[in-house]
Amino acid sequence: MSPQPAGSVRLGISGVSKQYPGCLANDNVSFEAGAGEIVALLGENGAGKSTLVKIAYGLVAPDAGRIEIDGHPAALTSPAAARAAGIGVVFQHFSLFDSLTVLENISLGLDTPAARANLADRIREIGTRYGLSVEPDSIVADLSVGERQRVEIVRVLLQDPSILIFDEPTSVLTPQAIEGLFGTLRQLRDEGRAIVFISHKLDEIMSLCDRVTVLRGGRVVGSVPIGETNTKALAQMMIGHEVPDVAQRRDLAGGPVRLAARGLTMSSQNPHAPGLQNVTLEARGGEILGIAGVAGNGQEDLLAALSGERLAATETAIELEGAPVGRLGPGARRKAGMAFVPGERLGRGAVPPMSLSDNGFLTAHWRLPLVRRGVLSARAGAEFADRVIERFQVATRSRATAAQALSGGNLQRFIVGREVLSEPSVLIVAYPTWGVDVAAVAAIHEALIGLRDAGAAIVLMSEDLDELLALSDRIAVLYSGRMSAPLPIADCGKERLGLLMSGATDAEAAGGASHAA
Amino acid sequence: MIDGALIVAMLVAAMRTATPLIFAALGELIVEKAGCVNLGVEGMMLVGAVTGFAVGYTTGNFALAFAVGAIAGAVLSMIYGVLVLHLHVNQYAAGLALTIVGGGASAFWGQAWQGLNMRGMGPLEIPGLSALPTLGDLFSRLDAMVYLALLAAAAIAYVLTRTRLGLIIRAVGENHDSAHALGVSVIGVRYGAIAFGGAMAGIGGAYLSCVMTPLWIEGMTAGRGWIAVALVVFATWRPARLVLGAWLFGLVTIMQLHGQGFGLAVPSQILAMLPYLVTILVLVLISRDATRIRLNAPGSLGKPFQPTA
Amino acid sequence: MPLRLVPRTRPSRLAQYGAPVLALVFTVAFGFVLFLSIGRDPWAALHAYFVAPISSAFGLSELLLTALPLALIGLGLAIGFRANVWNIGAEGQLLLGAIGGGAVALALWGEGVPGTFVLVCLTGALAGMAWAAIPAFLKTRFNANEILTSLMLIYVADHLLSWLVHGALRNPQGFGFPESRLFSPEALMPILWPGTRLHIGWLLLPVAAVAIWFMSRHTLAGYRLRVSGLSPNAAAYAGFSQPQSVWISFLLTGALAGLVGAMEVAGPVGQLLPEISPGYGFAAIIVAFLGRLSPLGVVLAAHLLALILIGGENVQLLGVPIAVAQLFQGVLLVAVLASDVLVRYRIVRIGQLETDEAAA
Repeated sequence: MSPQPAGSVRLGISGVSKQYPGCLANDNVSFEAGAGEIVALLGENGAGKSTLVKIAYGLVAPDAGRIEIDGHPAALTSPAAARAAGIGVVFQHFSLFDSLTVLENISLGLDTPAARANLADRIREIGTRYGLSVEPDSIVADLSVGERQRVEIVRVLLQDPSILIFDEPTSVLTPQAIEGLFGTLRQLRDEGRAIVFISHKLDEIMSLCDRVTVLRGGRVVGSVPIGETNTKALAQMMIGHEVPDVAQRRDLAGGPVRLAARGLTMSSQNPHAPGLQNVTLEARGGEILGIAGVAGNGQEDLLAALSGERLAATETAIELEGAPVGRLGPGARRKAGMAFVPGERLGRGAVPPMSLSDNGFLTAHWRLPLVRRGVLSARAGAEFADRVIERFQVATRSRATAAQALSGGNLQRFIVGREVLSEPSVLIVAYPTWGVDVAAVAAIHEALIGLRDAGAAIVLMSEDLDELLALSDRIAVLYSGRMSAPLPIADCGKERLGLLMSGATDAEAAGGASHAA
Repeated sequence: MIDGALIVAMLVAAMRTATPLIFAALGELIVEKAGCVNLGVEGMMLVGAVTGFAVGYTTGNFALAFAVGAIAGAVLSMIYGVLVLHLHVNQYAAGLALTIVGGGASAFWGQAWQGLNMRGMGPLEIPGLSALPTLGDLFSRLDAMVYLALLAAAAIAYVLTRTRLGLIIRAVGENHDSAHALGVSVIGVRYGAIAFGGAMAGIGGAYLSCVMTPLWIEGMTAGRGWIAVALVVFATWRPARLVLGAWLFGLVTIMQLHGQGFGLAVPSQILAMLPYLVTILVLVLISRDATRIRLNAPGSLGKPFQPTA
Repeated sequence: MPLRLVPRTRPSRLAQYGAPVLALVFTVAFGFVLFLSIGRDPWAALHAYFVAPISSAFGLSELLLTALPLALIGLGLAIGFRANVWNIGAEGQLLLGAIGGGAVALALWGEGVPGTFVLVCLTGALAGMAWAAIPAFLKTRFNANEILTSLMLIYVADHLLSWLVHGALRNPQGFGFPESRLFSPEALMPILWPGTRLHIGWLLLPVAAVAIWFMSRHTLAGYRLRVSGLSPNAAAYAGFSQPQSVWISFLLTGALAGLVGAMEVAGPVGQLLPEISPGYGFAAIIVAFLGRLSPLGVVLAAHLLALILIGGENVQLLGVPIAVAQLFQGVLLVAVLASDVLVRYRIVRIGQLETDEAAA
């Protein structure tokens, strides 16, 4: 890293535009990050943040605009060129190789033999200096999400970049891990690097950053020092209008237990996941049971076990409306009243090249009369798809449009709508608003609350603590395949949930949280 | 009666039978390590067999025959490369197409050589080895390609685990999106792997026609290309296990030649089924442990790669 | 001018029909160059290959007769390929159909039971199904790759047939030749078109095509198979079991291939021989892809492939190796797969702004 006086512009992007088929992702974007400064890049999903990062990292060539580094024009034609120019990026989706060791992973990102010399020692050294300890010889698949992020950061820091870009780095971390990360970021800033922090979480930006640039619809709508703004103003800039109200919680006395898991134990199909150990949960009619936890702690297996994609060892391990269903598949469970919104929209919740009409059949045929004597009723299917499109305001040309042509938010509206309109008494929802625009988030939350108020039991799995806290009536935490006892929402502090998410016992978490408070 | 001479003869035959399988399967192993399944091994072997034979028969130069067989296999494999890497064709379908093209092309252009005979390759004298008691007899009857196949297996194991090239190949096969994000040329690495796979299959085919039989007959691979693909799965993508597997197949295959030697009253057609049945059996045994396959299989194996521009 | 492929949000209609035609044109052009390169008059050779064989009524009947097995097997394979189930062993299932059907015909030899041929066909279909059940079982029970197992079983079936015609089913009066007796008349497929070899089995083709079209387009079972093929995760999510699609695909194709095998030995061949199929099971794979996995397309493609097989025999008279037929098949399959890219992608120049197909 070349030394630069504090405040001088390290990364200067001016007038960058990028056109994709059907969407102008960046429209004359200008952006600066100076030495010794943390700049937030704020924007909704689809505002153009990712495209800008890819341009800065040489993965995407802009149609127009120029990029300067430390005042000199830079031609970022490839990631290698960007790295040579002093840019390092920590991506939201880690580009790690599961079956390789930490050392091998890091070595792959280094372009010259000189850069790879004494690598293990240098990894340890950087780990010590920045509080990012990782063991070079561990296999990545065995690491937690937080440890994987550390590997990514160490990999980037080894090249001593003057400009560091972090793309949504906190979305997968516990509150405690976020604090640790922020410490590292401040340390890096104080060394004179320029830090770009990409996020849509306003609180984090307010507490960490020095300045914030807001993107909306591919354009910069403003750039302000953090001292001259607040979360409400930022939210308005980001969305362009008043923030929609989150629907109010309604206190319901517990209804009947509609879905229960009793001592559910199952090994994982993923050899590196913990599986499930003696998981017990009860979801009552009229409540939303939130399940918090860091990814990789058994979420996949719990969802598969509840939905019936994987069968439990015994009939009674899972009960639906009081009846044992542990050995029944997804179809039979749906007939008995269950519905399920999976985390992966395209390719699981919907068949990408199939029309919305055909995608309506996918799960709804189990509960609604869309099939007669084994023959699909094209008319009933079309009517159902139209009903979902209308009720959930899915923006699409028609029901004949392929699922893959919809934006993430619109497809999620369709999937949630399809599940809700099949009138389930139990709905399992995984990561429902991940990567979805604000309007769709509001619509989806409203639908969940409406279904809850109609007396259904909802199990909501999410990595977003804010979402869980806003919607849930009770929250349980999944850690290493074990489920904590659910806490009433009144007792759910972020601190306490965060401790549970990092493996503390209920008692420790309660004690630790009250101590901190 | 089973005597020492018969056992040595059987071992020699088994190792020679295994040699084309080792070459072809090692090539496919690299292709799969880079994330692609090329089911066209059979076609590439046939093309290697016919071109290798044509050159070997004409010139009598074995090195040249193997080189030409390798080039022919690699050239044919480029059809698969273009289909899969640029046109995003399903890998299975592209491999099948290669098998059919290779079979057709070798039969068409091999018409002139059909049924001709050439003088096979002599054994390689390695000073010292052939003087060993009992085993010396074995070593004195093996040709150079048998040793070369084993060297290739060792070299590939070394490259994969100990070199940066191997690390890059593994990374591309493990997660092509991450490799792309790091700036590795996924398409370039895969073209290289596919060409290597084609060349190795071509050498395997040329061994079959120039050394083992040594003559050219249409469709003479008789499913060996497919067995080579199965061997890679059987070996769970490890070169040493691949060699062991190939020797096992070699032994099973020569049972039909030596069945009479044991006084077995089993019809020759039933013995001829054995290699295929054994292939099915080992596939079943190895595949039933799904976790083991998942642990060892390259993460991006068979998946289409479409970089988001 | 650098080009780039951009996925279409929906397949192009024009390309769906145009791509197979383009592939055919490419294959014929390849043939032109090929014949030229071996010193034949390309126009005469192409005429002898593609036109002469169907210039007579008998030639047409032979085309229909050859297309029948290709179409029937191709229909089954198309269902399987759509469901992402890769049965490559139809050739073996065909051979088992021939063995099963042939065994019945020989067991009832000279008994004079009317309608024996129906029994021959049914047994053939069952035998083909049973052979196809092996890879299906190994796939669903042990997760064994169905491509490799079904393919290995072709060689096993081939040796089995060889063993039987050399032994148990050999003609006792045949001077030791490896072939069975000629079947009795009541075991042979009745002729549909007098004066030709076209038999009443041909009537099954429209029935099978319509039934499979209806099954795949309009029934829940067909929908499940399509979902399984397009997105296995979505199928699991929706509660469509993977074993079910494997079984349906294999049993259906096995029955059709077995039926074809029985109709071959009870039809044009008339006895059991060591070689009874000129690779129908493999050619049907090309038929399925060339027909874009749709029933009507498969039927059309089967006739084209039949022409390639017959034409290959025809140009043998000009001294062109018969292997030219297999070469054409391979080139055609490559061309079909390559041209499919036009259906799924648009080709644009890098940097060119594209707004005509907004992703709304």
